[in-house]
Amino acid sequence: MTSTYELFSARVRENLPVALCTVIEGPHTGATLAITPEGVLGGSLGDPQLDRIVARDALGELEAARTAVRHYGPQGQSTPEDLENTATVRVFVESFSPPPRMWIFGAVDFTAALARVAKVLGYHVTVIDAREIFATKRRFPMADEVVVSWPSPVFEQRGHLLGSRDAVCILTHDPKFDVPAIQAALRTSVAYIGVMGSRKTHAKRLERLAEVGVADPAELARLSSPIGLDLGGRTPEETAISIVGEIIARRNNRAAAPLGTTDGAIH
Amino acid sequence: MRDLLDDIDRWRNQGKRIAIARVVDTQGSGPRETGAAMAVNEDGEVIGSVSGGCVEGAVVSEALAILAGENESRVVTFGYSDDEAFAVGLTCGGIIHLFIQPLEW
Repeated sequence: MTSTYELFSARVRENLPVALCTVIEGPHTGATLAITPEGVLGGSLGDPQLDRIVARDALGELEAARTAVRHYGPQGQSTPEDLENTATVRVFVESFSPPPRMWIFGAVDFTAALARVAKVLGYHVTVIDAREIFATKRRFPMADEVVVSWPSPVFEQRGHLLGSRDAVCILTHDPKFDVPAIQAALRTSVAYIGVMGSRKTHAKRLERLAEVGVADPAELARLSSPIGLDLGGRTPEETAISIVGEIIARRNNRAAAPLGTTDGAIH
Repeated sequence: MRDLLDDIDRWRNQGKRIAIARVVDTQGSGPRETGAAMAVNEDGEVIGSVSGGCVEGAVVSEALAILAGENESRVVTFGYSDDEAFAVGLTCGGIIHLFIQPLEW
């Protein structure tokens, strides 16, 4: 018989969502239940009612890519009244979500460096460029996927997949590519949209965006342009670090100042 | 645990018994997030990490004691501010709670 571990690890390897629920205190400590959006993958926490309630809660945690300890009664009781005067079962619910996505437009040297750094951070990286001779797996072996395409079709086919953990980095700095890519990216709910270019390019790009009707300040505020933190770096690798630094800072609503010049909690 | 699967599978194929330790909760400053994991096999080989190197040695001892049947699977806490904590602390002053269990599911 296939063990819960084997089912679980196969699922993680395929980058499919799975929540691992483990009793860390209470009867059946160590018992494990694996849950997917399609239902129970395997295992049990030792009580069918507890399994049912934990499975329900784990789905919510998985949806939000959250990992947390939850408290129940021995039969899955979960309201404060139910839990009064009863032994508590503590269950560790660990979400294994598919990796966040980074789409990089433009098959340039900066792309290779950014793809490498993004892989270190656990992104699933897709490189997209319309030029067949540049957009090759040979030039970007570190990317999970290299797509020869103009921006619009890619967004039409799978823009709906982009969400609050994902990033779009537009490194083409060619208005032919970057204006349609920005327009399409703004129609998704992607968390980060970074656009490369000098301050001059950025100013011209704003004019071009206005010409095609993108001028709403709230929309423009979603753009990180020019892309990256002000580290003063120059090489593709330094630029890549400044880009992922900005992604992390924006996600956490931080200004990215040196910790030595700020106070308050670090994490 | 994602990063540990290849080594865990190799150990399983060799028939080794394995304990896994996962960070289930943290308080205050701490180097690793919940879900950070390490695995220890019966020969004392170690993969992964659960802190910045502060408590790994103690986790290995506990994992081996669990594999030897001397201790039950349980939550162990590391951190200066906990009276019952192990004799090792985190230099950052934070507290981490780990669940250590044999991989028998």
